[in-house]
Amino acid sequence: MGRITVLFCFLLCLVGNHLWAGTITVCGSCEVKTIKQGIAVAADFDTLLIKKGTYKEFNIQVTKPLTIIGENYPVIDGEDNGEIITVVSNNVTIDGLFIINVGTSYTADYAAIRVVQSENFLIQNVVLEKLFFGIYLEKSKNGRVYHNKIIGDAVDEYNSGNGIQLWYSQNIVVERNIVQHVRDGIYLEFSDNITIENNISSDNLRYGLHFMFSNDDIYKDNTFENNGAGVAVMFSKRIKMLGNTFKKNWGTTSFGVLLKEINDAEITGNTFEENTVGISIEGSNRINYSKNNFIKNGWAIKVRGACYSNTFNHNNFMYNSFDLAYNSNLNDNIFEENYWSDYTGYDLDRNGTGDIPYRPVKLFSYIVNRTPETIILLRSLFMDIIDFSEKVSPVFTPDELVDAKPLMKKIK
Amino acid sequence: MPLRQYQPTTTMIKILKYSFYDLMRSRWSYVYFLFYLLLGFVLLFLNNELSKAVITLMNVIIVLVPLIGTIFGVMYYYNSKEFTELLLAQPIKRSSIFLGQYFGVAGSLTVSLVLGLGIPFTLYGLFQSNAIWDFSLLLLTGAFLTLIFTAVAFNIALANENKIKGFGYAVLAWLFLAVIYDGLFLMSLIVFEEYPLDNLSLIATMFNPIDLSRTLILLKLDISALLGYTGAIFKQFFGTNLGLLMSIFMLFLWTVIPVWRLGYVAKRKDF
Repeated sequence: MGRITVLFCFLLCLVGNHLWAGTITVCGSCEVKTIKQGIAVAADFDTLLIKKGTYKEFNIQVTKPLTIIGENYPVIDGEDNGEIITVVSNNVTIDGLFIINVGTSYTADYAAIRVVQSENFLIQNVVLEKLFFGIYLEKSKNGRVYHNKIIGDAVDEYNSGNGIQLWYSQNIVVERNIVQHVRDGIYLEFSDNITIENNISSDNLRYGLHFMFSNDDIYKDNTFENNGAGVAVMFSKRIKMLGNTFKKNWGTTSFGVLLKEINDAEITGNTFEENTVGISIEGSNRINYSKNNFIKNGWAIKVRGACYSNTFNHNNFMYNSFDLAYNSNLNDNIFEENYWSDYTGYDLDRNGTGDIPYRPVKLFSYIVNRTPETIILLRSLFMDIIDFSEKVSPVFTPDELVDAKPLMKKIK
Repeated sequence: MPLRQYQPTTTMIKILKYSFYDLMRSRWSYVYFLFYLLLGFVLLFLNNELSKAVITLMNVIIVLVPLIGTIFGVMYYYNSKEFTELLLAQPIKRSSIFLGQYFGVAGSLTVSLVLGLGIPFTLYGLFQSNAIWDFSLLLLTGAFLTLIFTAVAFNIALANENKIKGFGYAVLAWLFLAVIYDGLFLMSLIVFEEYPLDNLSLIATMFNPIDLSRTLILLKLDISALLGYTGAIFKQFFGTNLGLLMSIFMLFLWTVIPVWRLGYVAKRKDF
């Protein structure tokens, strides 16, 4: 709530400023021909209106509170020379620019737009192409990255950058952006209280979203599709993942979501569809998984160990090759009242839950964990027979790992 | 009566027709047809979703179709033995007699399968669904499995005069390919898990028509699991059309070799 108020005040300030601030027009035939020149002549809180055209500039330092607006998407071509716009002042707005050809370097992280130690910024309607790093927020606060489109052309991980990167930043909203073909779509490190909402991050080399040492963040209604390794969330506390879609992340080391050392999180209403592994969990505690849909994944959930007090309830597990792989003790994790499409039990007392418990771990999933090539025997009669015998009398799989109240109907 | 020119192909087709209609009259084809019809309707009624029904159907097809092909083949061969001996006394080419009978049985089984499953799925809107390719592949492999296992059964029956023995061997052959082979396969994969196994498992799959059909259908259904976990070779092989073509070619070989052997042995056998 506090954050919204701050943002609102900040917007009000902007509107207020417009009443007395001047407008400087930048175009090829105007008095002010370059953006750098425009910034130099502008007073605080002025608006820089950049007309359509191509501006071959780089290392543009925004040192005062300005509103930089592009009209009909003027092109700023960095000609691969280095960083293009660096914001080092509070209260800066960048709107409607088309930035291309950011320089690639092995020693410096050149970005199309970098915000350094600033507050109250707004970056919106920006299109970035042929970039190294896209929007790089460094030790900044109270900003908003809204409705930008970042299309990279990354081929190798070692010489490509991230779409939107947040480093030691706080209270930032990243909303309605499209990020494609970069290394990591959205990258967060040491950033707290961030909201990531309604973004589409797809076809990236490594992760759609990469998230480390960042606490109290919310990500909501995003779509992560066909990324090299899916989404990785690591070493963070009190994360909320709500209503996201993770789709088609295929590959040997690919996950819908990789959770590592995540504590006290809430994972609700997400859809995991056609991933090699829906969620891979490692050393994560006190997480509530509810109302998620796991559809047609290779493995819906893979639990790797050192996980305590997690609860899985009211999730739909549908047509996954394996619902669950588990290679440690059950500990005190609970599976209850989920819908499993593989459940074959009955409900004689008609209370909506099956009368016999469901065992989500199959012997075959245990064997495949050990010898991956055996996957080729998936759905063979032999495997069905040994799975059945394991189901009747568990020997290899943890026998307390059951859903005692499997739902008969899937959750809408 | 003037001597007519002897035409092996037409005689084979005549015998094929005879066997086909004989099976039609004997009601077993109808039972088989009705079984699949019922299965199709029940599956669709219970699942209400074409793609899910296709998965269940796959389990049925890779187990039941070979079994029924085997048993029908052996049964038909022994039942029509007297008729075969009668034909052998005529100036007809031996391969025409046996191949005619074989194609009669295999043909009627295939028709029952394709119609029995095709009708309910078509009525439930297969043509509007995107499961149509999965389903066609299912029927194609089903047809191949019928042809293969009937041929294997004919070979076994031809080699054994004793009915009980022949029956036993045929069922054993099915059991071996459907279950035991996979067991041995799994054992060898686990025993040699230290070694790169991608090629071995590909080759082992190729040598069993049931495994081959299963993998072929799985490629369409469980691609996320298969593509995800295994090595680069699987990905290369199964990810492309080459894999599909190779698999179908192998199924074709699996059909042609037993059929050819049937003709070859029949020619030389002393009845």
